[in-house]
Amino acid sequence: MSTAGAAIVAEPSAAARTDSSPAKLVGKGAWLVENAALLDLEVDQATTALARGSGPVVLAMDALTRLDTAGAWLLYRSRRRLEAAGRKVSVEGLDGASTVLLERVESACFKRDLPPPPKPQWLADELAKLGCAVLDALDEIQQLLAFFGALVTTLASTIVRPWRLRFTSFSAHLLTTGLDALPIVGLLSFLIGVVLAFQGASQLRQFGAEIFTINLLSISILREIGVLMTAIIVAGRSGSAFTAQIGTMVVNEEVDAMRTLGLDPMEVLVLPRVLALMVALPLLAVFADVMGLLGGGLLTIFILDIPVPQFLSQLRASTDGSQFWLGIIKAPVFAFVIAMVGCRNGLMVGGDAESVGRLTTQAVVSGIFLVIILDAAFSIAYNALGY
Amino acid sequence: MPSDTEPAVRLVDIVNAFGRHVVHDGLNLEIRRGEILGLVGGSGSGKSVLLRSIVGLRQPQSGRVVVFGEDLYALDAERRRSLQARWGVLFQDGALFSSLSVRENIQVPMREQLDLPRRLMDELAAVRLALVGLSIDAADQYPSELSGGMRKRAGLARALALDPEIILLDEPTAGLDPIGAASFDELILTLHEALGLTVVMITHDVDSLVRITDRVAVLLNKRCIVATLSELRANPDPWVQAYFNGPRGRAALASEHAPPVAGD
Repeated sequence: MSTAGAAIVAEPSAAARTDSSPAKLVGKGAWLVENAALLDLEVDQATTALARGSGPVVLAMDALTRLDTAGAWLLYRSRRRLEAAGRKVSVEGLDGASTVLLERVESACFKRDLPPPPKPQWLADELAKLGCAVLDALDEIQQLLAFFGALVTTLASTIVRPWRLRFTSFSAHLLTTGLDALPIVGLLSFLIGVVLAFQGASQLRQFGAEIFTINLLSISILREIGVLMTAIIVAGRSGSAFTAQIGTMVVNEEVDAMRTLGLDPMEVLVLPRVLALMVALPLLAVFADVMGLLGGGLLTIFILDIPVPQFLSQLRASTDGSQFWLGIIKAPVFAFVIAMVGCRNGLMVGGDAESVGRLTTQAVVSGIFLVIILDAAFSIAYNALGY
Repeated sequence: MPSDTEPAVRLVDIVNAFGRHVVHDGLNLEIRRGEILGLVGGSGSGKSVLLRSIVGLRQPQSGRVVVFGEDLYALDAERRRSLQARWGVLFQDGALFSSLSVRENIQVPMREQLDLPRRLMDELAAVRLALVGLSIDAADQYPSELSGGMRKRAGLARALALDPEIILLDEPTAGLDPIGAASFDELILTLHEALGLTVVMITHDVDSLVRITDRVAVLLNKRCIVATLSELRANPDPWVQAYFNGPRGRAALASEHAPPVAGD
């Protein structure tokens, strides 16, 4: 390698000299990776020109100022092509360090080229993706059922031996999934109540039936919206947290460590979370009901000018409490499903951190999906039972 | 214009602190061109922090980082980008982009900094793979499919993508078996000889230090002393003594000196 000054003066280039004997490929300047695009073309052209002749070829590199691995590769590639064309090739004029570099690149290089990256085949790829998605979904259902079975077994064995329940873990999760969620659940339910009452009133006003806004409010909130909103918030908040917590533990090999110590992750990690959520979600749903009615009630009282006693009597007339129970009975079921999906996705995490993110997203989506499916199932069941 | 005698990296009065916890206090270090410098220190002595400061990831509270004669943290974004093409960094676990294949990982710096035709980028990626001793079949694998040692090699291939002048390695041999570690040392040594690379290497591996480093920088008491291994062995500091004259240090040094003096 020569001094930096000379490197700036000489333009990097490669040219064929077919008139001289032996024929030459003359390299000049700095053969560095930043000039590689230009050199690639020139070396290619020169090599093609030289490959047409006969007799030995000299790669004359006397005027080369610098060489890096990219330059060395171009040199080696040219030499390989010329030799393949039956020419005898020698390299001249390289300084010591560059010769070492060229030898190193030559000895390291593969005998075959890197294959082109697999070409996307649009239709086949999409079909394959669809097929994989269907198989994955079936697989998913099967695994979820297997996990459900394992969870129920653990639950049963804990009912027989209740002292095995991790009470500290249970109460900690009760705090984070229940108490800490109160503000957000309350606020959103309140706002939903306001919106519902406002929309209901503006429609019912056309028939002069504004007073029935209260019926609309009580039935929709108590029976559906209160518990559904809560379940969706909890799926986003706690279902994802379960996956992330357990998934990170899997990545850290904590879960494996647990198993080797004779602890069952199902009992230590999953059960306290499931039970805590099954307690927390119904309580949150009650709170959501209250806040939703409060929001809707305040709107009817202040905007529709319905006096408070009339609001209360209409509220009492619209429901006998069964609506409340029809809604709240769904909460533990939703909680069970959300917690189960969250925990299972956590335990599904592979060795890499990337899968934690993917499975966390999936836990939320599957959780909400299953909650809504179950809600529909409840509606059908209630209908069949005549409620 | 910086001359060739200018050190590759010069750290001047570096102060790094996290809140009240001061990691470096007035640290000075010169990294010469073309040397292999080992960087050692106890846990929490700030080796990785220093490395991050050198590559521009963490601005020190005070002090200057001069790379190729230019004050790194005083440069505008564009100049800093062009300077970044002149060094390569290998993070502890390779830090490969997990959504890209090995080939694409190696091509990321080429795409960002240069405008090269596809075919040439593929060829250059193959050369890098060959240089770090990976098989050609690894090119289209994803990082999660590789073993720890292969990830490190692939990370090194990416660090070498633009033929840098300095390469900084964070514990390159940690977590490798002795055979893998020895061949990684060999690899760094040959690349250093062939490309004239300046190498800065954080390591806890005394064998690596003995085998390939020219000088060793020891982070001690929030500063840094640089010396050759034999000078360090004579250093009276208790930590340095324990490190280099402890059982492991002695064994490594002994095995290095044993073969040439067989008649001794």
